[in-house]
Amino acid sequence: MAEEIEQPVHFAFDAESEAEIATHLAKYPPGRQASAVIPLLYVVQAQMKRSTGSAWVPRVAMDAVAARLGMPPIRVYEVATFYLMFNTRPIGKFHLQVCTTTPCWLRGSDEVTAACRKATGIKAWGETSADGMFTMTEVECVGACVNAPILQVDDDFYEDMDAARTEALLAALRRGERPPAGSMAGRQGSAPEGGPTTLLEPTVAE
Amino acid sequence: MLSDRDRIFTNLYGLHDWGLDGARARGDWDGTAAILARGPDAIVEEMKSSGLRGRGGAGFPTGMKWSFMPKQVGDRPHYLIVNADESEPGTCKDRDILRNDPHKLVEGCLIASFAMRAHACYIYIRGEFAAEAKRLQAAIDQAYAAGLIGRNACGSGWDFDLYLHRGAGAYICGEETALLESLEGKKGMPRLKPPFPAAVGLYGCPSTVNNVESIAVAPTILRRGPAWFSALGRPKNTGTKLFCISGHVNKPCNVEEELGIPLRELIDRYAGGVRGGWDNLLAVIPGGASVPVIPKSVCDTVLMDFDSLRDVRSGLGTAAVIVMDRSTDIIRAIARLSQFYKHESCGQCTPCREGTGWMMRVMNRMVQGRAEPEEIDTLEQVTRQVEGHTICALGDAAAWPIQGLIRHFRPVIEDRIAQYKAGRAARPLPLAAE
Repeated sequence: MAEEIEQPVHFAFDAESEAEIATHLAKYPPGRQASAVIPLLYVVQAQMKRSTGSAWVPRVAMDAVAARLGMPPIRVYEVATFYLMFNTRPIGKFHLQVCTTTPCWLRGSDEVTAACRKATGIKAWGETSADGMFTMTEVECVGACVNAPILQVDDDFYEDMDAARTEALLAALRRGERPPAGSMAGRQGSAPEGGPTTLLEPTVAE
Repeated sequence: MLSDRDRIFTNLYGLHDWGLDGARARGDWDGTAAILARGPDAIVEEMKSSGLRGRGGAGFPTGMKWSFMPKQVGDRPHYLIVNADESEPGTCKDRDILRNDPHKLVEGCLIASFAMRAHACYIYIRGEFAAEAKRLQAAIDQAYAAGLIGRNACGSGWDFDLYLHRGAGAYICGEETALLESLEGKKGMPRLKPPFPAAVGLYGCPSTVNNVESIAVAPTILRRGPAWFSALGRPKNTGTKLFCISGHVNKPCNVEEELGIPLRELIDRYAGGVRGGWDNLLAVIPGGASVPVIPKSVCDTVLMDFDSLRDVRSGLGTAAVIVMDRSTDIIRAIARLSQFYKHESCGQCTPCREGTGWMMRVMNRMVQGRAEPEEIDTLEQVTRQVEGHTICALGDAAAWPIQGLIRHFRPVIEDRIAQYKAGRAARPLPLAAE
């Protein structure tokens, strides 16, 4: 890691997390509880978001996961650093994840990136804005390519984006609003603009 | 043109109720117990005769894959694993099944698990699909509550448990053995084969990994009969398929059509045509990022199925059609894919770990033209040294887009190099003092 970050010295699962952990552990056969390592890291990240406002996984929490699952801590560190969705350092209030893979790039992801930078003042990938509101991450294909380009905010996909829609979305987030996820062009899911051209027979549709 | 009556995913766009009532109205969960009563061997035979080839990219016959599982359950339980780690750039078809037709998948999981004598199935969904995971879990809960899965599923006497497991952002986990590693709580690093998962899979037990679409079409095939399915499409490329049409088209969309539909018809009829008209087309990546690009001259006539695309040295892959018009910097489009593979290489095999980074760096220079013409051949040779020399197919997937680029667009790369050299020659040398 490039720079040392301030790690909390203590982590304990709260009641909400404990309830979720029980659901996850029930999915795997006896002796196979290591399978729950990804689910538990999600539980940690969500609890950190609740308690500190920043969704990330501190080292002590990885140790807590290791203890809970009976795994050596290094195995948990490996998983936490292998998978992109676990933030191993604090992030801003909103996590702006811009997909820039070819299908999004063909539809203008460069504009979305530029609009995010302009609105947040962030200069480079991975940085957090000075006000702590936004962290910008370049992500690979998020799997919504017919609605490209995609700006993923935390878990929400905002689709069919352009510069103006990006600016409007970020302004809304700053005001404390959360526009509904999905197509910003008003499309019905993955149907073509203007509405479906198949599945029109009434017998098919209920 | 495929008739609506022959479409399987009748709620593809989410216009109707995704829940159990809506699904039942669309014909799901109809006579499931009777299908199970045919017995595992009969179900596998019907799947074989339908000609269904796996919808995850490789196109391996699904029924045959199911038949590789042991016929008797020994001391180790059997597992079905559904690969919902949809991450191949260009591909977003499973997402629509997961969020809009989840009961087709849940019912398919029961039937396929029964056919392979598995009492448990895990669906591994990519972490980014948080909303889809929530929706699918709700559908699973509905199916449990209605007695369709769980103990004595559908009153069939078969006990069946279905679990949803979220990944966390790693393309490599779409590779079946990396997926199994990840599901066991490890880094997603592919395993050497053999042993194949049917012998040693999840937790060391016999396992089969199938794509979402392959499993979700199974109940309809078994209800309407394998002959119905195999009458659609072309020989050895039967049935319907979800196509994702992205990039420079007027109306990007997902659509279900017959395999073997001409590429041009697919784009013109469903995606509103190429931006600026067909003659403005430069090239198409016809099956997701891993398959080689094909130029317009091939796109004019090629059919969208496994064998037709293989014949033009590309592939159907996941049927994710990425369209690029003449404004596209084709070198940059492919270089971005090189960056993708470099980012997603798990780092286990040296040719892939080192090769993807090397190829990306050279491709980035090619975008600028900052290279020597001989380096095109060097790059091509390096792709051959990565291809086929790694545990899994990610190395191949990183090599093929570059090979396709060089095969069809070599003059563009050469021009870019010449332009760069001309630009340097014209520029005055900076003075040392500046």
